[in-house]
Amino acid sequence: MKTVYVDNNATTKVAPEVLEAMLPYFTEYYGNPSSMHFFGGQVQKKINEAREQVADLLGAEPSEIVFTSCGTESDNAAIFGTLDSYPERRHFVTTRVEHPAVGNVSTYLARKGYRVSELSVDREGRLDLDELRETVTEETALVSVMFANNETGVIFPVEQIGAIVKEKGIPFHTDAVQAVGKIPINLKESTIDMLSLSGHKLHAPKGIGVLYIRKGTKFSPYMIGGHQERGRRGGTENVPYIIGLGKACELAKAHMEEENTRVRALRDYLEAKILEKIPNTLVNGDRMNRLPNTLSVSFEYVEGESILLLLSDLGICASSGSACTSGSLEPSHVLRAMGVPFTAAHGSVRFSLSIYNTKEEMDYIIEHLPGIIQRLRDISPFWHDYVKGRK
Amino acid sequence: MWDYTDKVKDHFLNPRNVGEVEDPDGVGEVGSLACGDALRLSFKLDENKRIKEAKFKTFGCASAIASSSALTEMIKGKTLEEAEKITNRDIAEYLGGLPEEKMHCSVMGREALSAAIANYRGQKATKEEFEVVCKCFGITDKEIERAVRENDLKTVEQVTYYTKAGGGCGLCHPKIEAIIERVRKEMEKEAPPVKPTKKKLTNIQKLKLIEETLGREIIPALKADGGDLDLIDVEGNKVYVALRGKCSFCPSSEVTLKQYVESKLREFVTDEIEVEEVRP
Repeated sequence: MKTVYVDNNATTKVAPEVLEAMLPYFTEYYGNPSSMHFFGGQVQKKINEAREQVADLLGAEPSEIVFTSCGTESDNAAIFGTLDSYPERRHFVTTRVEHPAVGNVSTYLARKGYRVSELSVDREGRLDLDELRETVTEETALVSVMFANNETGVIFPVEQIGAIVKEKGIPFHTDAVQAVGKIPINLKESTIDMLSLSGHKLHAPKGIGVLYIRKGTKFSPYMIGGHQERGRRGGTENVPYIIGLGKACELAKAHMEEENTRVRALRDYLEAKILEKIPNTLVNGDRMNRLPNTLSVSFEYVEGESILLLLSDLGICASSGSACTSGSLEPSHVLRAMGVPFTAAHGSVRFSLSIYNTKEEMDYIIEHLPGIIQRLRDISPFWHDYVKGRK
Repeated sequence: MWDYTDKVKDHFLNPRNVGEVEDPDGVGEVGSLACGDALRLSFKLDENKRIKEAKFKTFGCASAIASSSALTEMIKGKTLEEAEKITNRDIAEYLGGLPEEKMHCSVMGREALSAAIANYRGQKATKEEFEVVCKCFGITDKEIERAVRENDLKTVEQVTYYTKAGGGCGLCHPKIEAIIERVRKEMEKEAPPVKPTKKKLTNIQKLKLIEETLGREIIPALKADGGDLDLIDVEGNKVYVALRGKCSFCPSSEVTLKQYVESKLREFVTDEIEVEEVRP
């Protein structure tokens, strides 16, 4: 059975070039970069190179790049590292649609006695910047707003948000895990103080992330240990993965245009065909401000897990914001925050593409998806009622 | 990914008896769009009052569809009295088991069956005297009670897996806890638990048993009288507790301790237990 992988917001394939760059650093060049001998020193050099590659993709200085173990660690380090630096400020601001790596930290902070404000979004998944203006005060320690949403792909106006936040002298962090590598980012002329990214979302392996910390930003290390990463993150460097991530960032920069033209066109093609062939389908999220690779659609009167399993039976890998896929009972917090009606929230499916996808694969999905939805609608009592016009 | 059995997959991919019976004798409908799953079951009886035909329509995940399909197969050929005896556990077993988080799908099947039978008998669905406990999913105390009883559930989390109750805002958790406690007490009365053969307990087993016994047998009773109790320490068979609330200045607290707390612990843990009060 062929595999059509369209779940790249969940994780991506490691690029062959990335793996190739990593391999020598397991068994040949296995020195500790902190060692005094040549054997460690040569590894240190490669790490510096990787740091430059990451900085180059982001428009940052290499010294502003801190390697971590994953996106979640970067988010936690940014939040706790900042709160620790401003112990007198007891207010944290974020949004209702964050990834759990920020959202659950927010819940934790509320439990620990912090005042927490979670900004709402409209039906298209957009923030109200006036609400932000009213929310931040002198006692706000940090504002953390994601760059782009993992479920809908909606891009937040982070530069504008940063400008509002900075005006009040408050640090600004953004979880850019879904944005890095998909849309151009330039931190040189930016209002962003801290930015999280995760390697496995851009064709590096799982287990490596970065926290960008702008020069001059107050930060207390979250992982306390050795002098690594200029004292901002203890722990021996994960050498092969750092080198892999460097390579992946170099590739992402080279592929940025393709991502925003060819991949975007594939996504738009898939979207148009789905809307054309399947009635009672809605697109979730602001279509004008969206990652080029992401498509979240809801099929009314059917349930997401069933759709995913039938797709999976044909080798198609996607994901859903339905309650049943996560083991929780309520549909995705993102779709609920947007006020997507229940008729549609349970039947949401997310397709997220990468440069490795082809038009043939889109056609394969389009060939099978309408039949899958119809088959489930034929079983669904609500579809029956809808067709009969009873409801 | 869920670990579904081959039988679940088969009933999901090839569901049996999809549709609505024409001119049905009974129709039962449970769940809603908001809940994320719903089932409409209809059946027809033959001249011997056996179920001749049963069909379903389901909105929901793979296990909801498989449970519905299984249910229609299971009730065919049965009299209503026989069909009524089917529990959600039977449905799950027919499918070779369901992940615990998905047990509510089998419960939905059983409820649709009850509703359809009630509909045939001309009764309103059995929800006449009930209280909606979980407002998010519209689950009643009767449904929770039945799930606790039939599946020997012990925690709120389990009740959520089986009935969905408590899976939304969480405001009803104390109510669910109270139902579990009440039903379990009733169950114990009906069938007192087999006394465990008193083998020697390890320290951890003993501590756990003490905590369980305090939580189940003792503290609720004290709370009913406005008191409370904290476990402070356990040393060998000596259990140190502190009385709180009204108990702490109750003149009969000594009696409470010896006659009630100690005797309960002796009953459930080991008869060498001695209880001592720690005073602040």
